[in-house]
Amino acid sequence: MAAIYLWWIGADAADRDLLEQVRQQVGRTFEAPAVLWDDPSRPTGTYDTRRGQHSSTQILRWLAAHQPPGAMKTLAITDVDLFIPVLTFVYGEAQLGGRAAVVSMARLGDGTARVSPAMVSARLVKEAVHELGHTFGLTHCGSERCVMTRSVNMAGVDRKAAVLCADCRTVYRDRLLEGYDQ
Amino acid sequence: MNKERTRVLIVDDEEIVRESLSGWLEKDGYTVETAEDGPTAVDKVNRATWSVMLIDMKMPGMDGLQVLDRVKQIQPNVTAVIMTAFATVDTAVSAMKLGAYDYLVKPFDPEELSMMMEKIVAQQALVRENVILRRALKREFRFRDLVSKSTAMQQVFNLARTAARSQSTILVLGESGTGKELMARAIHSESPRAGGPFVAVSCAALTESLLESELFGHERGSFTGAFQRHKGKFEAAQHGTLFLDEIGDIGPKLQADLLRVLEEKKIQRVGGTETLDVDVRIIAATNRDLAKAVADGSFREDLYYRLNVIPVVLPPLRERREDIPLLVDHLLEQLSVETERRIEGVSHEAMALLMNHAWPGNVRELRNVLERAVVVAAGSVIQATDLGLHKPDAAAPEESIATLESVERRHIAHVLEQTGGNVTQAARILDIDRVTLYNKIKKYHLRETETA
Repeated sequence: MAAIYLWWIGADAADRDLLEQVRQQVGRTFEAPAVLWDDPSRPTGTYDTRRGQHSSTQILRWLAAHQPPGAMKTLAITDVDLFIPVLTFVYGEAQLGGRAAVVSMARLGDGTARVSPAMVSARLVKEAVHELGHTFGLTHCGSERCVMTRSVNMAGVDRKAAVLCADCRTVYRDRLLEGYDQ
Repeated sequence: MNKERTRVLIVDDEEIVRESLSGWLEKDGYTVETAEDGPTAVDKVNRATWSVMLIDMKMPGMDGLQVLDRVKQIQPNVTAVIMTAFATVDTAVSAMKLGAYDYLVKPFDPEELSMMMEKIVAQQALVRENVILRRALKREFRFRDLVSKSTAMQQVFNLARTAARSQSTILVLGESGTGKELMARAIHSESPRAGGPFVAVSCAALTESLLESELFGHERGSFTGAFQRHKGKFEAAQHGTLFLDEIGDIGPKLQADLLRVLEEKKIQRVGGTETLDVDVRIIAATNRDLAKAVADGSFREDLYYRLNVIPVVLPPLRERREDIPLLVDHLLEQLSVETERRIEGVSHEAMALLMNHAWPGNVRELRNVLERAVVVAAGSVIQATDLGLHKPDAAAPEESIATLESVERRHIAHVLEQTGGNVTQAARILDIDRVTLYNKIKKYHLRETETA
């Protein structure tokens, strides 16, 4: 099985410990090798000056065109705020059944003492697994505890676990048989 | 909730909006397609059915409101949401007036979008459930094209179903417009003869000699103008059902001829010598009081008993007012198809007027009133003014001031009259036990009335 690549494309320097936590959970959840990809390239033309945010759809386009060699899936991780044109923000976006996904840390903490770094990292792990789940063809799950449940606020993110529910795991394994790991 | 069944069409001229929004909704499990402009959207609406449309307000060529207007003409039930970055009260009001479900001001929160979509899916599930329930209700309350939930009519339906399975002659009694022919057709189609023909003859429409020829046929030259052999309705109805409407209007000669056919199951064409076997089930109908006609000698008693093997009595509409909403719904559905107009229903005021009308012409009159209303109604809901009925006079038709007891007394007397004084049968129709009925007969002095 080819590997899942995690690529830091943030504006600031990468937090290696944080990325390592994401890598380990991604590898466990998808039962696949997960590796960190160090590359200084960054997507261009994704910043919207009027909104002061980056277009996640544009980032996905760039990422799809810049897949690391041999990557099965690539998840870009960033610290910039993401949007899709009709929505005020998104935590992340992924190509459903495709190869590219992106997740942002920008809204995972509100900068107060109430949100610890541990909580931010737990949230990032969940959203990273969630977006990668979409690249394997998984859609949103009705189970509130499943990592594939849709989260539109922090409370929703905190409620869910970092793992696939039994149903989604079954679907995931079916997707592998259908060649979603090619 | 069934998101896979929810087909969403996104209409936006910006590719990135279409791409990102469809990606967002697909991950939620919706089936999504996109259109880059108004004409493409209208084309897609012409080709397929959509549950939800997300339409951008500002597009070159056709704007969102124009698209909405066209779409609502093609698929009035589609749930349309207008997306606008130029939110003004005016555009929002215009969109709602054109039938938009809601509008979203771009950019909107993910939570707002997901809640709205969930609300739409839940509402559509309710609508679907409602349609299924209404269909089930209709099936429960109908006997072919006759629709009723009243206890009296349900008992008539049960009797008619049982009668349909027999070969006996049936006499359908009821005022004009109560659906006697529909009842005859329903009995035929529920009978073992359903595969055979159903032939209807209105006995009041022809002179006696013409009716005789119409029923029995004639041989060539049997009378002036009989240029060739003509097969009659009895032959046409062979192995099926012959419906003789307004049987109370036939003259003495035909009464005798008919009696002979019923007894011998053979006919002779007018002017002919050949005897033909006929296998025809007779259903007769009349709005006349045949028992009275027998009493005054204008109708043969032996024929009356031969026809009246199973009497099916259709109550007038004024005695089953609870059926009016059901009938209105049923008739509007028929009329919408016939007139190619989409009518959703009637206003509360219009329904109140329909419920209070006396309906001397029964269901036929109701149908005519609704047909007229469908033609003149400006919108998709029929208003009281569209009906052409007058509001009940405040100075009081008898119905509106009658006491409950007087209504009960009249109704019981009517049912007893229809059952020929048979208390067991009357109690069954009234859905009360015999003891209760006997008490009411005593209370209202109905025996004395009958014998007085």
